[in-house]
Amino acid sequence: MDALTLLSRRDVLKAGGGFVVAFAFGAALPRVAFAQAPTLSGAPPTGKPIDNSEVDSFIVMHADGTATVYMGKVDVGTGLRTAVAQLVAEELGMSAERITVIDGDTGICPDQGGTGGSTGLTRGGTEVRQAAATAHQMLLALGAARLNRPVVELMATDGEVRPIAGGAGVGFGALVGGRRFEMKVDPKAPLRPAAGYRVVGTPVPRPDVADKCTGRLTYVTDLTVPNMLHARVIRPPAVGATLTSVDEGSLRGIPDVRVVRVQSFLAVVSKDEWAAVRAAAALKATWTEARTLPGSSGLEQWTRTGAVERDQEVLNRGDVTAAIARASTRLSATYFWPYQGHASLGPSCAVADVRADGSSTIWSAAQGGPPLRATLAKVFGLPVEKMRIVFLEGSGSYGTNGSDHVAADAVLLSKTIGQPVRVQWMRADEHAWDPKGPQQLLELHAGLDAGGRIVAWDTQMWLSTNAPGTRALLAADAAGLTQEHGNGAGAMTQNGDPPYQAENVRVTAHWLKEAPLQMSNLRAPGKIANVFAVEGFTDELAAAAGVDPLAFRLSRLTDPRAIEVLTRTAEAFGWQARPSPNPRARQGSLLVGQGIAYMRYKQAENYVAMAMEVAVNPTTGVIAVRRVTCAHDCGIIVNPDGLRNQIEGCIVQTLSRALHEEVTFDRSRVTSVDWVGYPILTFPEAPAVRVVMINRPELPILGAGEAATAPVAAALANAVFDATGVRLRTVPFTPVRVKAALTQPRPAAATA
Amino acid sequence: MPRYAFRLNGRPVSAESWDAAQPLLYVLRNTFGLHGPKFGCGLGQCGACTVLVDGRATRSCTTPVSRAEGRAVTTLEGLGTPEQPSTLQAAFIAEQAAQCGYCTNGMIMTATSLLARNPRPTLEQVKEGLSGNLCRCGTHTRILSAVMRASGA
Ligand code: FES
Ligand code: FES
Repeated sequence: MDALTLLSRRDVLKAGGGFVVAFAFGAALPRVAFAQAPTLSGAPPTGKPIDNSEVDSFIVMHADGTATVYMGKVDVGTGLRTAVAQLVAEELGMSAERITVIDGDTGICPDQGGTGGSTGLTRGGTEVRQAAATAHQMLLALGAARLNRPVVELMATDGEVRPIAGGAGVGFGALVGGRRFEMKVDPKAPLRPAAGYRVVGTPVPRPDVADKCTGRLTYVTDLTVPNMLHARVIRPPAVGATLTSVDEGSLRGIPDVRVVRVQSFLAVVSKDEWAAVRAAAALKATWTEARTLPGSSGLEQWTRTGAVERDQEVLNRGDVTAAIARASTRLSATYFWPYQGHASLGPSCAVADVRADGSSTIWSAAQGGPPLRATLAKVFGLPVEKMRIVFLEGSGSYGTNGSDHVAADAVLLSKTIGQPVRVQWMRADEHAWDPKGPQQLLELHAGLDAGGRIVAWDTQMWLSTNAPGTRALLAADAAGLTQEHGNGAGAMTQNGDPPYQAENVRVTAHWLKEAPLQMSNLRAPGKIANVFAVEGFTDELAAAAGVDPLAFRLSRLTDPRAIEVLTRTAEAFGWQARPSPNPRARQGSLLVGQGIAYMRYKQAENYVAMAMEVAVNPTTGVIAVRRVTCAHDCGIIVNPDGLRNQIEGCIVQTLSRALHEEVTFDRSRVTSVDWVGYPILTFPEAPAVRVVMINRPELPILGAGEAATAPVAAALANAVFDATGVRLRTVPFTPVRVKAALTQPRPAAATA
Repeated sequence: MPRYAFRLNGRPVSAESWDAAQPLLYVLRNTFGLHGPKFGCGLGQCGACTVLVDGRATRSCTTPVSRAEGRAVTTLEGLGTPEQPSTLQAAFIAEQAAQCGYCTNGMIMTATSLLARNPRPTLEQVKEGLSGNLCRCGTHTRILSAVMRASGA
């Protein structure tokens, strides 16, 4: 293979070896071979189907008894590939280490839709598992023929079919290696009984971790293809501004750069990446003024008073209005969550190769390859059947970050100049232009009767409408191309109601006509703010009733799984049963408290409870989170270590969002464009995290990439209330905001 | 074009750069194909690009290639391989201390430099030592465990 050449993964597979990339490395250094798929030992049969109904679309068994699994869902650092390998290994009866998973290549993987909403394992994994269960039946049948014994006397295990009674078996490789299964996925093919699981439920290490720790993994940012140019896109200084003039003379002294302009789409390309970076910074261009944004400083007010497109009754049980009127204690409170970004650590990157014959290949870290392909093909007028998106890992994305936009940038550039182009955004591009998680305003009203029962609960939420259609691509708008202008953030209203016994409950969503900035799904869309409000307000009710927050919750729950996560959390945490605030909060110069929160994800999936201990410095307003304990029940656990990693990540990332994060913007542009303007949690702030995982092997698989994010902000705010007696209802809990709240103590909730 | 000679992962190399101010990061990634160091911010704020220069953790995104002249530069690839990882790399693998892994380079390089100066740090010292390295995935708990494991604690 030529130096500096990386073929698509399929071509590499065709070439028959591991994933070999040779780099021009200077005479003094050896060439480095990277093996992305070390266990991959044979080329898959040519013409492998990708139809979701075929076993061969998902599973290829090689002659040496290793297997390759092809899935449409993608692993964005979540461990999905490993978990899916375990599911397949279990059904086939082999070790997960002998399975390589290839994800998200639209040319060779079945289309399982985009990856998000914690559906990777639930939907994606289940589909692959059923293909494996079907293949298991075929392996037994082939074994029966080979061993000349009836299927009922055989078992598939340790990579071979062998007599249950003992005796020599025959390996999977020998049975099918190199040939196709040639059968439809049988939705009725029996799954292995959970009681006998050998691979599912074990902490199989992720093979990508070793590669990531040694620089061997090829991220999308690391890809090089022949004749590739590096590009940087110059985005307008204001959202909606158009380009009026470009002074190419401003690039004098920077070698080999070329300006590419398509209407208001402006970019520089060069063989040399640094030249492109320098040129993008140096290029003088003039743009029109644009002042279309509401600004972030008055965003709460803007959200409350903005034009409403429609009101949606999300839930209405009983008669809330009448019940509130009758209640003996009434409380109201308003909670606000600001705009937040995905803030991927590495800016989005893509490589596109659009050929004159209309065929195209796009290497991308986007979570939604198949829908992105449809959009790119349509917007740029390219035949979808000749477009292939090859997923390569990027910096973690947690939803739709800038990856779709940067892919569009790369496609437009490659199509325009007729050469493969790599575009990587700069830090400010990602912070300013990634579609973001929108603001949420929640107003809550509740009534308790004399016995402390919740007789009425009313949640009113204001949020920007999910406009239908695909999200507009920045490059296409700038270039004046026709496209849809959808703007959606996901299922924003879930978990807006309390998970506790309450007689009359209403949840109303007021959908605003406008969104301040482009939105997208950001991890656990809507749920984090909703649970922040619902569980914070629940704590306010407990405080008003003078009851221990844990006991208040437990006495209003009947679901044993809900009760178990709360009690296990409390036990592991060492919960002190007493009402908040903490009468003995003061420890030296600090105020110390505990907080707890519970939720069931989407009111239908994972059960999560979380407790926290915080120390608040009233002089500085700094909140230190000392420790977090979380009990988590997501049904069957496929990989306990992978699950724990996800839960820990959910907790720490959401602490960052609750403590620090707010996208700021003025009338023209996002102004929080680096890690100083948009700070995230740092190591000195990292708490000790303890996770209690409850395994239910008899229950179905649920995803776990999001659920543990949802109770974090509420548990934190509840702990701060316990420590200080002050209720924080607006995120982020910055020192300035905390100090201000502490110097103006307010009642725990507006009681009427 | 001016050439800059330095040692890279133990071997003498030289690289051309039309711009003496070109950050070492681009030279490592594009001239030498060493993709361990990552572009995160280009501003010295995140640590994703960290390499060792004469054994010290250094942000290659803000280090001009001219400053590497005559020095010894070590990247993540120079520490070890999946087959023969360094102690710290092995500890990160054992703790499975990565999600997306985009920050991992910076964590391992910074901690390598930290442990070289202070082989038995306390947890607080490790947190302080990594305070300039950002991880968006929230892998902090595991990264700390990995560094403590490598220190023998
Ligand atoms: S890329 Fe160098 S510090 Fe962020
Ligand atoms: S593991 Fe993704 S940024 Fe640290």
